Amino acid sequence: MKATINGEPREIGSDATLASVLAELNVPEKGTAVAVNDRVVVKAEYGAYRLGDGDRVEIIVAVAGG
Amino acid sequence: MTDQPLVIGKYEFRSRLIVGTGKYPSMEVMQAAHAASGAEMVTVAIRRIHLDDPSGKTLIDFIDRSRMRILPNTAGCFSAKDAVLTAHLAREALGTDLIKLEVIGDAQTLYPDTKETLIAAEQLVRDGFTVLPYIADDPTACKHLEELGCAAVMPLAAPIGSGLGVCNPYSIAIIKECAKVPVIVDAGVGTASDAAIAMELGVDALLMNTGIAAAKDPVLMAEAMRAGVEAGRKAFLAGRMQKRLYANASSPMTGLIGSAKS
Repeated sequence: MKATINGEPREIGSDATLASVLAELNVPEKGTAVAVNDRVVVKAEYGAYRLGDGDRVEIIVAVAGG
Repeated sequence: MTDQPLVIGKYEFRSRLIVGTGKYPSMEVMQAAHAASGAEMVTVAIRRIHLDDPSGKTLIDFIDRSRMRILPNTAGCFSAKDAVLTAHLAREALGTDLIKLEVIGDAQTLYPDTKETLIAAEQLVRDGFTVLPYIADDPTACKHLEELGCAAVMPLAAPIGSGLGVCNPYSIAIIKECAKVPVIVDAGVGTASDAAIAMELGVDALLMNTGIAAAKDPVLMAEAMRAGVEAGRKAFLAGRMQKRLYANASSPMTGLIGSAKS
């Protein structure tokens, strides 16, 4: 199935969880946060959170700004 | 004399200067400028992580969190909905309930969208955030934000990144006079005298980024801004003399040589 991650369409496994996708993408837990379909998913729920076809995943980090 | 600490919600600060992390020539210069500024709070933006190098060093690694709190912003958001989601992401990523709420209404002037800012502020206060909204130098908008429960109001001195200084000191003074929460002048300060002028109006603190980061020597400018903020604050507390139209001699007008003996 397909999910859109940070605006890019990506193929993910049918049993993909947020934890498995983030691990595959090598995203560190510290300093990052994730929203799926405009809702923040807290870190404690990454393992149990199963992604669905067409989900929109946003992964953010702090960058320079004023 | 010792000044009162700056209190924003449940947070206390000795420094009245809040600085940014944008536009510095390098992370090393930014770190040195932060240290020179004496600031105890620093703004960061929230953006998508680069998935080609997600585990590299990030901005947060260059911020001395033992000395400075992080103030994430919602810069780049044009709607209350995006700003609220960005704030929630920032809280989850950085472990702080502080948020600089910024909802832009126009890409060229970067003027805030008052309506969307009010909608987002109401939601974020309800969600337990310590909300510091960037807003126009509009006393009514500031009043509304205070009534919604914002921990401070942050009127602009001039457009973001313009360095024009305090364009409407009378509005800023009125906002300060009416507000019960801290007033933080955010955006538009270009040099140390601008900082002093803003603080002399009695505002509680200043937030600046480009004024320091875009100086030829950002570290020296950070030091100058710190001194400007402190000088302006002290001058405000001291209470300036009355202005007068005509001269008023500082030296005695009696006992002048060549005058008749009195």
